[in-house]
Amino acid sequence: MTLRFVSGSMRGRLVIQLALIAALLSLVLFLVVRTVAERAAADTQDNILLASATSISDALYTERGAVRLELPYSALSMLGSISEDRVFYRVAVGGETLTGYDDLPLPVSNDANQFDTYRYKGETVRAVALKRNFSTGNHSRDVTIVVAQTRLGLAAISSRITNTAMAIGVIFFLLATGLSLWAAQSALAPLTRMAGAVTRRGPSDLRPVVGKTPAELAPLVEALNSFILRLKASLNRSEDFIAEAAHRVRTPLATVRTQAEVVHRSLNQSQNKTALREMIRAIDESSRSAGQLLDHAMVNFRTDQFETAQLDLVELVKETTDRLSPTAGLKDIGINVAHDIPEFPFSGDAILLQNALRNILDNAIKYSPADSIITVNMTSDPEYQIAVIDQGRGFQGGDAQSYLNRFSRGENVDDVVGSGLGLTIVQEVAVAHFGRVEIQNNQTGSGACVSFILPRG
Amino acid sequence: MRIIYLTAWLIAQMICATLANAFEIEEQKLYKSPTGTGNLHIISTADISSFEPILLAFQEENPNIDIDYVVASSAQTMAAIHDERAPFDLVISSAMDLQTKLANDGFAQTYVSSATDSLPSWAKWRNQVFAFTQEPAVLVVSEHAFRDLSIPNTREELIELLRDNPQEFWGRVGTYDVRTSGFGYMLATQNSRNTDSFWRLTEVMGRLKTRLYCCSGEMIDDVASGRLAMAYNVLGSYAEKRLQTMDGVKIVPMQDFVSLMLRTSIITTNAKNASAAKRMVDFLSMMETRPELSAASGLPAVQRLETTAAKGLRPIRLGPGLLVFLDRLKRETFIRNWQNSIVQNNP
Repeated sequence: MTLRFVSGSMRGRLVIQLALIAALLSLVLFLVVRTVAERAAADTQDNILLASATSISDALYTERGAVRLELPYSALSMLGSISEDRVFYRVAVGGETLTGYDDLPLPVSNDANQFDTYRYKGETVRAVALKRNFSTGNHSRDVTIVVAQTRLGLAAISSRITNTAMAIGVIFFLLATGLSLWAAQSALAPLTRMAGAVTRRGPSDLRPVVGKTPAELAPLVEALNSFILRLKASLNRSEDFIAEAAHRVRTPLATVRTQAEVVHRSLNQSQNKTALREMIRAIDESSRSAGQLLDHAMVNFRTDQFETAQLDLVELVKETTDRLSPTAGLKDIGINVAHDIPEFPFSGDAILLQNALRNILDNAIKYSPADSIITVNMTSDPEYQIAVIDQGRGFQGGDAQSYLNRFSRGENVDDVVGSGLGLTIVQEVAVAHFGRVEIQNNQTGSGACVSFILPRG
Repeated sequence: MRIIYLTAWLIAQMICATLANAFEIEEQKLYKSPTGTGNLHIISTADISSFEPILLAFQEENPNIDIDYVVASSAQTMAAIHDERAPFDLVISSAMDLQTKLANDGFAQTYVSSATDSLPSWAKWRNQVFAFTQEPAVLVVSEHAFRDLSIPNTREELIELLRDNPQEFWGRVGTYDVRTSGFGYMLATQNSRNTDSFWRLTEVMGRLKTRLYCCSGEMIDDVASGRLAMAYNVLGSYAEKRLQTMDGVKIVPMQDFVSLMLRTSIITTNAKNASAAKRMVDFLSMMETRPELSAASGLPAVQRLETTAAKGLRPIRLGPGLLVFLDRLKRETFIRNWQNSIVQNNP
């Protein structure tokens, strides 16, 4: 589903930003781990070089005024025990080589221990230079000990460390990215929840959005609620206006109708009588429409301020049929009520329910031929179903369910007065009670069957 | 006129002498191959008679390589490569210390192959020095001299035996003269590192007017002829080869430990035919799989598993430790100490 107004995704942007941060941190982690570990490895080599040079310096002695050296086996073998690196050494007394590689450079400065890295015999070596002052009889001599080692072992350690650091960095990055996905999801969850709550609302649910929202969403919720309030006020105003208009129209219409009846009775010419009958019919239609508009406004008002009470649907149905029986009697129509259990206890708004039932029965009477039967069949299993079955012309053409829309009428009703609001009212009342309306043609014989279905319990 | 000719001839001789190798060659032999394209120059301390079977077997597998095989002493080999940079492709030597020094000083090429990878870690260094034989240093005794005495199994027993029977062994003990034999020097220095009893043994041997030798072969000959009752630190591989034709001589491996000398090869950095040298290194590294060559040459191949597992066998460790005893001052001190112990002016 792509919406025209969608541009980018907050979650996507959040994830990408967090991933970039994770990548940066991974890089930093990689560099830190590598630097620290390589420093440690280099320090290890330096320490061993120093130990070797120290053991050489400890093996120096004087013999007949000359400096001598008994090179310890461990001095060089300790360097060979950790790696297969080349080893060079030089012992010089006052610049003269005593033993070792006489082209190995001597340090320039006079510090005690000096580490240095340089090229020697075609390879980079790490070297330590140790200075010792040695007294031979009556004068002292400066002895310099240089021990150098190539960095093959260090390079191997370094490449191993680089691989490990790389692996740590990659794992950290993947972990952080995964967590940022989750974090983005959970940070945006209230938004999704709110969107869901608003989407799930019924078409006429204009209550303000309540419930806990994070501070960041509060302005949006506030704006939404204030928008809902304005919308509701605006809707109420228009409904009030319609009701007021209908009410204002109905009373004068009733007067006009009475006057028309009086005139009709006093007229003798059939031509004029017919014209007046047409007029009365038109007045009836207008009056009825106004009535239903009023009903509709009332239903809307009551569903907004829903008042529930315990009642019995059977009693309600009987009351309504009783009230309509005079109208039905005019066309010699009988209304039979049947119910499978004695009582249909239900919690709902009696006035709304009555209004809905009256509209259904009104329709049934209106479309029934004279001298016929309307059956109200009440069943309680699995839901309360009040089926009103007439012997009229039934529904024709199109989707029967579409009559539930406002101002929608069947295709075969031109000769009958109607506004198209009746079933809409029924539908709204059913929905307000979590029920529904099913309309279809009578399965056995002609006629329509309108079922008003309410949940049980 | 004649004077002029003579002078010219003399000058020519002098130039020739300068151009010729300054290092001394003991033997030299050229092995022409049927389809010779490249010449492999080898300088080696192993004599032609023992090494020939290996060369011929190699040439059988590589019929297009001519081999120029030069035999020199370990010191002369070192001089040829280290000082003169003589154009050899491969250096084969039993002087592990000198081979190590060649590699340490940058005269050896690095080479890695599946054959060299299969060598145990003690049999190679830096992938530049590759061992292909392991030769034990043993005690060789004359059975005749030990009719009434028990043959010693450890160095302690040997010291005790010599101390308790001075008359029997006066002038009848032989060992290497470490002043002249590089190999003897290496064995002695490694012994001194491995055991405290070395100096006591040297002292005891000195008191018995021990005879000093340059080579294993002569010691074995003298043991066989009865001039010597025993010879200490003889190269076991030579002894075994010679004993095939000798009676009354016994090889005794010491039970406290046996030093293993490793004969090694290195490919020189200035090798002209490095590829042939590499094939030779591979061939030598896999000599364990050709026991007939060890039998024919008398050179026992590196035993990968056996030696690594055995406790008493101590391969001399390749690496910078070997450089210690090459140190000028160290060598001077060691030889002076050794000389003071073994050369005694006994009555």
